[in-house]
Amino acid sequence: MRKTSLDMVYELARRDPRIFFIGSDLGIGTLKQFKAEMPGRFLMEGVSEANIVGIAAGLALEGKIVYINTIATFLTRRCFEQVALDLCLHNTNVRLIGSGGGLVYAPLGPTHEAIDDIAIFRALPRMTIVAPADADEMRRLMPLTVDHPGPIYIRLGKGGDPIVSNDRVPFRIGQALPMREGSDALIVATGVMLKPALDAAASLEKEGVQSAVLHMPTIKPFDVATLCEWADRVPVVVSVEEHTVIGGLGSAVAETIAEADFETPKRFRGIGLPDVFPDKYGSQASLMARYGLTAGRIAETVQALFRGADVEEALREETDYG
Amino acid sequence: MNVSPTMVKGPPTNTTPLDRRSRELRRQIVRMIEAGGRGHVGSAFSLVEMLRVLYDDILQYDPANPRWAGRDRCILSKGHGCLALYVLLAEKGFFPEAELWKFCKSDGILGGHPEYGKVPGVEASTGSLGHGLSFGVGFALSARYEGAGHRTFVICSDGESNEGSLWEAVLCAAKHRLDNLTVLLDYNKQQSYSTTYEVLDLEPFADKWRAFDFAVEEVDGHSVDQIRSALMRTPFRAGKPSALICHTIKGKGVSFVENNLNWHHKNKVTEDEVKSLLAELEVTA
Repeated sequence: MRKTSLDMVYELARRDPRIFFIGSDLGIGTLKQFKAEMPGRFLMEGVSEANIVGIAAGLALEGKIVYINTIATFLTRRCFEQVALDLCLHNTNVRLIGSGGGLVYAPLGPTHEAIDDIAIFRALPRMTIVAPADADEMRRLMPLTVDHPGPIYIRLGKGGDPIVSNDRVPFRIGQALPMREGSDALIVATGVMLKPALDAAASLEKEGVQSAVLHMPTIKPFDVATLCEWADRVPVVVSVEEHTVIGGLGSAVAETIAEADFETPKRFRGIGLPDVFPDKYGSQASLMARYGLTAGRIAETVQALFRGADVEEALREETDYG
Repeated sequence: MNVSPTMVKGPPTNTTPLDRRSRELRRQIVRMIEAGGRGHVGSAFSLVEMLRVLYDDILQYDPANPRWAGRDRCILSKGHGCLALYVLLAEKGFFPEAELWKFCKSDGILGGHPEYGKVPGVEASTGSLGHGLSFGVGFALSARYEGAGHRTFVICSDGESNEGSLWEAVLCAAKHRLDNLTVLLDYNKQQSYSTTYEVLDLEPFADKWRAFDFAVEEVDGHSVDQIRSALMRTPFRAGKPSALICHTIKGKGVSFVENNLNWHHKNKVTEDEVKSLLAELEVTA
C-alpha cells in the first residue's frame, strides 16, 4: 500500500507541476526516480516533522500540492499543533501519508504504533481522513487527492495486504462503500479490517446470520447518510477498526446511531484496541489476535448481539489484557 | 553597529530618541489598546521601528491587491506583537482604519493574534510561537523554484527562540542556502516571566545563528537608519539566509512600560493608564 501510494505520488507529480514531495529521513532510495527527474520538487528534510509540516503549509499557500510521508505516529503525535494550525487552520492542500497505521510496527513497540491517529485527527476541523483497505483502493484514491480541498491524512497499511476492495461502486472521498448485503446485522469496517469483516460475514452466513458489510475508507468527513440507511435495516451494528476504541470509527458509528432516531432499537458494539499501549511485540497479526481484531471475534460479537446474549459475558474470557 | 556578544546580562538600555512618526505609531497602538481594553503593549512597542522600516522602505506590496504574486512576503511570527503590525497595515491601506478600533471585538477582523484569510496583508496565522519561520522557508523555496524575485521576511522574538521548531526551520533554511529569506529578531531580552537570561538564556545569540550558517548582522532595533541600512544590504551574503538581530527594549518609548513585564500583556487597561501612555508619546516635534 505504501509502495502504491508513493509510486502514485511520482506518477501524479510527472503530470502535475504543482505537486511536491517532502520526506523526513526515509529509507534509502525512496522515490529515487522522483528525485532524479524532478529534483526541485523533491525534499528530504530530516528528522524534523514540525518544520516539514510548516514548510509544506508555506508551499501550499503558494499554490503547491504537497505530499508528506513519514511514520504515522510522528505526523499525528509529534507535530499535532503544526497539523492543526499550519495545515487545518490555513486549509492547505497538504497530504500526510502516514506509514504504519495501527499495529503495523508491532515489532518496534508503542513509540511507532499508530493506534490513536484517527482519533487525534478526527478532532481537527477541515481534516479529511482516509484509510484504504488495500493497494487497489489506494490506486483509486490517490488521483482524487490532488484536487481535494484542504489537508488529507492517508493511513497506510503494512503492504502486501490481501486485495478485498473492488470498483463496483466508484471510489469517492467521503463516501461509504457497500460491500455486502444482509438483513440481520451490519458490520462497519475501515482500512485493512475490511478483510476480517468480510470473512466474518461469510462465516456468519453459514450459521444463518445475514450480515451486511459497509466499508468506510473515509472516516472524516463521515458518510452519515449511507451509514444510517444501512443501519436502519438491521437490528445489530458492529464496527471494527485497527485503532483504539476511543475516538475512531467506532465512536463515529456510535455517535451516528445515537443521534439517528431510528424507529427500532439497535444493539451496537465497537471492536477495536482497548485503552492500553500494546505491551507485546511480535507481528501485526499476533497483536491483532491478542486484541480480538479477527474475523472470529467479529462473528462471535455479531452472533451474541443477534441472539440477544450478554456480549461481554459471552466474550469475557478473551478480554483480559492485564 | 556591532554589539558585543558578551553583554551584561541585565535589563537592556537604549536611549535612541524616537521621531515624530515612531511616537505617532505608538499612539495608534495605545488607542487600539484603549478600544480593545487589552493587548501585548510591550511586545508591540518593541517592534515598531522594525515594522516601520519594512513597510516604509523595504517590502514590495500592493494594498489594493494583497495577494499580488510579486509581493514580498512578511510574516510576523511573534504574532502577539500584532498591534504594531495592524497599525501599519491600516496606515498603508490594507483595510480601513476603523478596524483598529474594533480590536478584539466580535465584529472586527483584528484579534489578539493575526489571522491569515481574515486580515488583508497577513501571510500566515501566528500566535503559537515557532511556526512562522517554517512557513517562510516554504515561501522562499517556492519563490526559488518558480524563479520569482520576491523575498520573504520573518520576524521572530527572543522568547520564540526557545522553541525547538524554530531551530528546525533554521537548519532547513541554511541547508537550502535561502538567500531570499531574512529573519528579523526582536531581541528585547525580556519574555513573559522574566529576562531571557533567567528563563532560557540564548547567549551567545548571534554566534548561534552564525553557527547555524546564517549571515548575521546586529543593529539598534530602534534606530530607523540602522535597520534600513542593514535591510537594504540583504542578503548579507550570497547563498546564505540573513538574520538581523535587532537589539530592542520591550515597551520602548514609555518610561513606565520599558522593561516592565507587567506590560508584556495587559488587560483591563484603565483610562488613567491610557492618558499617561499618550502623554509620554506626545507628538511635539
